[in-house]
Amino acid sequence: MRRVAELANLELSAEEEPRMRRDLNAILDYVAQLGELDTAEVDPMAQVSEVLAAPGRAATEKDSVLREDAVRPCLERERVMSSAPETDGVFFKVPRVIER
Amino acid sequence: MTTTLTAQTITGIRSAIARGETTATQVTEIALARIAGEDEKIHAFLSVDRERALKQAALIDARAAQGEPLPPLAGVPFGIKDVLTLEGFPATAGSKILEGYRPPYTATAVKKLAAAGAVFLGKLNCDEFAMGSSNENSAYGPVRNPHDLERVPGGSSGGSAAAVAAGMAAATLGTDTGGSIRQPASFCGVVGVLPTYGRVSRYGLIAFASSLDRIGPFAANMRDAATVLGVIAGHDTMDATSSPLPVPDYPAELDRTAEQGVKGMKLGVPAEYFGEGLDPEVRAAVEGTIEKLRAAGAEIRRISLPHTKYAIPTYYVIATAEASSNLARFDGVRYGLRASQSDTLAAMYRRTRDLGFGAEVKRRILLGTYVLSHGYYDAYYKKAQQVRRLLAEDFLAAFREVDTIVTPTAPTPAFKIGEKSDDPVAMYLADIYTVTASLAGICGVSVPCGQSNGGLPIGMQILGRHFDEATIFRVGQAVESL
Repeated sequence: MRRVAELANLELSAEEEPRMRRDLNAILDYVAQLGELDTAEVDPMAQVSEVLAAPGRAATEKDSVLREDAVRPCLERERVMSSAPETDGVFFKVPRVIER
Repeated sequence: MTTTLTAQTITGIRSAIARGETTATQVTEIALARIAGEDEKIHAFLSVDRERALKQAALIDARAAQGEPLPPLAGVPFGIKDVLTLEGFPATAGSKILEGYRPPYTATAVKKLAAAGAVFLGKLNCDEFAMGSSNENSAYGPVRNPHDLERVPGGSSGGSAAAVAAGMAAATLGTDTGGSIRQPASFCGVVGVLPTYGRVSRYGLIAFASSLDRIGPFAANMRDAATVLGVIAGHDTMDATSSPLPVPDYPAELDRTAEQGVKGMKLGVPAEYFGEGLDPEVRAAVEGTIEKLRAAGAEIRRISLPHTKYAIPTYYVIATAEASSNLARFDGVRYGLRASQSDTLAAMYRRTRDLGFGAEVKRRILLGTYVLSHGYYDAYYKKAQQVRRLLAEDFLAAFREVDTIVTPTAPTPAFKIGEKSDDPVAMYLADIYTVTASLAGICGVSVPCGQSNGGLPIGMQILGRHFDEATIFRVGQAVESL
């Protein structure tokens, strides 16, 4: 539980941890029923477009649509930075990165 | 002009303004007065911007005064779910982690509404990051069902459904990842549309699960919902998953097929949606409606969607995995909350996320992180993606036999606030009839089809082929006219 919380960058309090463990175990027990299905011959479906492109055929490169690679204006820095918790106007500022 | 908006259709509002019988300003004032009178009890709105709404309305009135042709949503008062951005308005996603954030850009769907003349009243309450089935997970307090204030409005788009049901907005936008438009529409007695995946651009939607998230309308009737979908649908270069397929004129299609109704249509009734756990009153209302559709000339076929029982576990693996990745961006660096007094960057991330996220969001991030972690990926995530294909193929096979599929939207009418909040699996089962269409990417709509003895609304779900919204709308309109 602690390892997963660490991977997720979450800090669980002493009260939260047992409740989360109980809930996650209940959900995973419920999810375990997927094991009843034999899916050895089934391709994973990551996107809806895979079943749309043409039934029975996996999506290929040709189904991808790429936009024109052209320079276009983006949001102004000032407007983006106005939402930042801490900034010097050019960069986002954060606490010390290297821990000793 | 009546004092509730539900008595007014979108077409009615627009043409009354065009004919000079009312003004957009007057319509907006009525909506704002309704919010002032009702929303203290219901809590559908998280923010209301009176000044901005009246300014938009005045622009419509100026155009009407000049005799200019009015756009399709001219003067129609709208609410927007708080997971969608509207430049300058708050966008909290129902979370403390985005408190005070004002996005610097506007979502494509919202921009299209504005271009069509819609007037924005404010932003609507929802479960935090759209994660929930009851709206009890909002960090800003729950929404109450206008039909019974002790009951939930459904979720996650609870505010969007309740605002229409209470006559505070003529139409609203919500989002649906596993049922979050259809289930609250059912609980609140309004129409809610899940468009086909790719039909509406998600640019400007605060993402929960990207392979599932969709934006769709709520309205008081089928035609209004169809009108709104026609406005927000279409390709957008800002969302690579949006489809280039042309958008039909949905209201015109409804007019064209109104007389024919469901005559000659094949409607599938899947056995798996009428089994154990279905409330007897919901069963009676939905089966009664199906019988009436048969009497109206539809051919009813009993069908099977054999993998249905695996949909909820499949959904909770895929949705949480994608959420754990999408929600990594909330780290206290670029926007929203930052926990103060952290010595290091890593501690700042953790404290910010611990303070900013509520219990359900943490639960889903943890589950998603676990199913994607080394050693568990194949057993959970890959397995769920394989089962997702089986679920999608169930529908593709069924749609070779039938034109649409009709089911209950939710297993019960609206439940009491607090009734399921201590048991995540019981709460997840509220979406048992809606997650299947989410996983398959097909379209769906929930339309009111009856009431419980206690006067609670009951919804029927109509599911259709990918990009065949016009057909489910046709059935929806037929249900309304029964």
